[in-house]
Amino acid sequence: MTLSQIKEIVQAEIICGHEKLDSVEIHTAFGADLMSDVLAFARSGCLLITGLTTSQTIRTAFALDIAAILVCRGKDPQPQALEIARELKIPLLKTEYIMFETCGILYREGLRGCICEIQAGDKPCVE
Amino acid sequence: MSSEDEFGGSYTVRGRDFIDAGLVSSQIKKLLKDRGIPEDVVRKVAVVTFEAEVNIISYAEIGTINFHVDDKAVTIEAMDKGQGIPNIDLALQEGYSTADDTIRDMGFGAGMGLPNIKKFSDDFEIISIVGKGTTLRSVIRIVTK
Repeated sequence: MTLSQIKEIVQAEIICGHEKLDSVEIHTAFGADLMSDVLAFARSGCLLITGLTTSQTIRTAFALDIAAILVCRGKDPQPQALEIARELKIPLLKTEYIMFETCGILYREGLRGCICEIQAGDKPCVE
Repeated sequence: MSSEDEFGGSYTVRGRDFIDAGLVSSQIKKLLKDRGIPEDVVRKVAVVTFEAEVNIISYAEIGTINFHVDDKAVTIEAMDKGQGIPNIDLALQEGYSTADDTIRDMGFGAGMGLPNIKKFSDDFEIISIVGKGTTLRSVIRIVTK
């Protein structure tokens, strides 16, 4: 799905990256507040769903070539985080839904985890 | 890649400089990407340098992150002057942490730093002296397809 569709599905607000709304296609996601876990398990091209709003969120996404960041629980990214997201050209969205709801709604609409189970050797989720 | 394409860099990381955590990782990543290093290698280097940077900021007074690229591998060295690690085996266990709230507020400090560095390295060494500091070396091989 496109970022535009994700925006509609979780009634998100686009904080930056409007220009990528229809050009970025996303099929997988990873949800966590712990950036070390994102660095360990997330995959390039996924959507990062998080409640952490610091500049480290953006730098973590950049390290892994994550396609976009969706901040949940209605939080606003810190000003420096927004500045870095603009600089690194990483789209940043914000939704009022809590993480559980955000993930559940997007899963229902077709997004899948960028890996399924850790014990399964970090296997990707395949339908 | 020929020998004249070897390159590298060196960055100073200041302890407790939480605001800029991840900046060195981003800079090294941009450089490697611009030089056409394979994407999966660049991502591994970005993860290793990010965690190393967070470790220096969290636990040391000052440190240096060096990287060197040749046709076979990217070698990363992170050296710091700081408190050191009393028990390296324990520090390498997932979930073991001595982090404070400032580190946790950044999204780190859950005991995944060193395990992550090890996980993304093809070769990994760490030496630490309590009260002096820590040096770690990570090698990430470049496999050309």
